Amino acid sequence: MEAFFHSVKLDWERCVGCTNCVKRCPTDAIRVQDGKARILRELCIDCGQCIYICPHHAKSAVVDQLEQAHRFRYTIALPDPSLYGQFHNLEDPGRVLQALAALGFDAVYETARAAEVVSLFTDKLLREGRLETPVISCACPVVVRLIRTRFPGLIRSILPVLPPVEVAARLAKRSFCRKTGCRPEEVGAVFLSPCPAKSTASRDPLGFDHSEVDLVVAIKDIYPSLLAAMKRPDLPPAPPLSSRQGLGWALSGGEAAAVTATRRVLAADGIENIIRVLEDLEDEKITGVDFVELTACPAGCVGGILTVENPFMARTRLLEMESRLPDSPTVSLDGIDERLLSFDHPVKFCEVLSLAEDLDEALEILSRVDEIEGRLYGMDCGACGAPSCRALATDIALGRAHVEDCIYVQRARAAGETSVKKEEAL
Amino acid sequence: MSAVTYHFTVPGDDYSRAGEASSQVKNRLKRLGLPAGEIRRVSIALYEGEINMVIHGGGGEITVTVSPERVEMELTDHGKGIPDIALAMQEGYSTASPMARSLGFGAGMGLPNMKKYTDEMAIDSTVGVGTTVRMAVHLAPAS
Repeated sequence: MEAFFHSVKLDWERCVGCTNCVKRCPTDAIRVQDGKARILRELCIDCGQCIYICPHHAKSAVVDQLEQAHRFRYTIALPDPSLYGQFHNLEDPGRVLQALAALGFDAVYETARAAEVVSLFTDKLLREGRLETPVISCACPVVVRLIRTRFPGLIRSILPVLPPVEVAARLAKRSFCRKTGCRPEEVGAVFLSPCPAKSTASRDPLGFDHSEVDLVVAIKDIYPSLLAAMKRPDLPPAPPLSSRQGLGWALSGGEAAAVTATRRVLAADGIENIIRVLEDLEDEKITGVDFVELTACPAGCVGGILTVENPFMARTRLLEMESRLPDSPTVSLDGIDERLLSFDHPVKFCEVLSLAEDLDEALEILSRVDEIEGRLYGMDCGACGAPSCRALATDIALGRAHVEDCIYVQRARAAGETSVKKEEAL
Repeated sequence: MSAVTYHFTVPGDDYSRAGEASSQVKNRLKRLGLPAGEIRRVSIALYEGEINMVIHGGGGEITVTVSPERVEMELTDHGKGIPDIALAMQEGYSTASPMARSLGFGAGMGLPNMKKYTDEMAIDSTVGVGTTVRMAVHLAPAS
């Protein structure tokens, strides 16, 4: 099994061993053991829910710092379109691009522009019948990680087109090298990210071998210096802006709206909602849809945990900005090699859920899980450190926990019961 | 030989709960590491069966048994029964109520789909007593 890189780290000192993160993790990937929250690495999908929910700020995102950019001779900023929604009274997103240049970036390439390229290419593939529908967008890295660990039936439905951030890095570097004559390794692409999942995606890409995104810096980390730079009177002139299609990618529904080859599109946001859509797609309860856009964060990327503004206010601002932007794409596919936009290989399913390699053995463990669950109390309280009684029963069956970890079992034993019966305890 | 058995009760006339059994079974099959194709066939066939029990059968009971060779499903309702099974098996044939149709059910593909997605299917029905559908999906021997 390959190593699973994750962009969540635990501050050992701050973790008090409460179960807030355990209960909120959508994939049951966290256990409190010996008083600290531990992540079952193969189950984590980097959604960032645990970082968001931890009241003790014990969890944080693994992202890069801007200072690390010094190792490159030249740097290109790749702002995520959600960045534009973070500022009060900002009417012109161009101001953000000017301020980034003022901060010392040698070039600025809007991720929104790359998003336009991705939309055009996806449209082309759909029109030419080169995709088996429905296709599920892979722009949100959490979605790809969910599918590859939990939805074997949908693994072939992942859209084999690179996400905008990756396309932005590739196109920006090539254009910069062409203009300046410098070598690609001298140029660092710095993505300004709304979420830690995109940091994971650049270090451990799925569907392609190597990411050209060199650094992933949190929007919240660059925000203070960016805000100061935006107030300078002497900013360089703004480059032309991408269209409203590109900007729309920051919002749930924006990517789907940019697809023109079909109107049978579905968009959903929020981790619980997208899991429900994936379940229903897998069971063919959802049919008659060609293109599926899913974003793990509420309202889309503006809801990412590395942003600063309320996601819904950011959305309001972006919608207002969109109304002043060009209607149709500002890019074309002319002269872009399709390989630059495409997966190197399909994403492979990871058998992380199966209880044992051998079916006979897995069945035995499963029946033990059922039997143990029947002896527990069904309170799903989480006090044992597992998110539910079912999860504890599974951990016990796999030898990772003990039935005494259940406080109701302990209580019953303390009360002198020789056998644990829930009827007596309740 | 190891095997697990699950029992479910399907309430009649609550469309929002149709699919609970198939989704629970699906999640358990995933923990067994079964191939995606077999999981899909079981969950689609079982879901179709659950829907039928809600629409026509007024609810009932489901038993699912998983062994290394096969997944067996037995769905029993206590509804009005099927007078002509051959007719009911025809694609497009439906007796669903206008309400069920308005919810997108009743396309007449339920029983045909259940047959299509499973390796074995048998219907046993007595008018006025109820219907039992038995289905099996074979599991390919581990390679």
